Amino acid sequence: MEPMDDDKVFKALGDPTRRKLLDLLCETNGQTLGELCGHLDMARQSVTQHLGLLEEASLVTTVRRGREKLHFINPVPLHEVYERWVRKFEVQRLSLLHALKQHLEEDGT
Amino acid sequence: MTAAQTEFVYVTYIRATPEKVFDAIVNPAVARLYWGHENVSDWTPGARWEHVRANDARAVELVGEVLEIDAPKRLVMSWANASQEGDAEKTSRVAFDIEPYDGMVRLTVTHDRLEAGGGMFNGISKGWPIVLSSMKSYLESGEAIDIFAKPTAA
Repeated sequence: MEPMDDDKVFKALGDPTRRKLLDLLCETNGQTLGELCGHLDMARQSVTQHLGLLEEASLVTTVRRGREKLHFINPVPLHEVYERWVRKFEVQRLSLLHALKQHLEEDGT
Repeated sequence: MTAAQTEFVYVTYIRATPEKVFDAIVNPAVARLYWGHENVSDWTPGARWEHVRANDARAVELVGEVLEIDAPKRLVMSWANASQEGDAEKTSRVAFDIEPYDGMVRLTVTHDRLEAGGGMFNGISKGWPIVLSSMKSYLESGEAIDIFAKPTAA
């Protein structure tokens, strides 16, 4: 098993219920399964399965507190995806815009 | 009335030994390379800890106390803005837990006793993912991320 595997992160994100679960944890971090189920019209067992996939992708971390299991959003893999798949292209796009701006400004004078 | 408190739990897996990961936190010469800051302390229980920006000005940005230390497995410290030192309500707590995991290390950072929606809460929720990605990248490839990076101005 390879934690923080990009494929697992993208697969985990490729489902509206799992994205909703991440949104719920972003609003209130550290929720129990019961609390999360309260926001979803879905069988408890299905929610458990979705949380399992999120945990496998390391997007959710669980911590035991007494008898409760709390779920926390873990944005670290998202940041790695951002570094790998977004920032690189953003920098390229921005430098193209910069070149275009310079070109247009030179023309105007 | 005490403001609502909240916490974050961050996890990252790093291809390195627990000793290397622990050292990356407590050794100023390493931390400055990927964190842009140094954690300065003599690392004994009860000792003061300072988070110092690694540039010429060397501003002390955060301060706290070493609450628990068990190298290379666990480090807990209190964590406050230097300007709010001694204010219990503004003092949060950070625990680093380092466990061997399938040839790697599972590093868990638990930041609790945080004032919900406060300045520290907003700062660290952006900061930790960047610092942990940078630490991972540095320990695995020798290359850190520029943690002060801003979107390039066009």
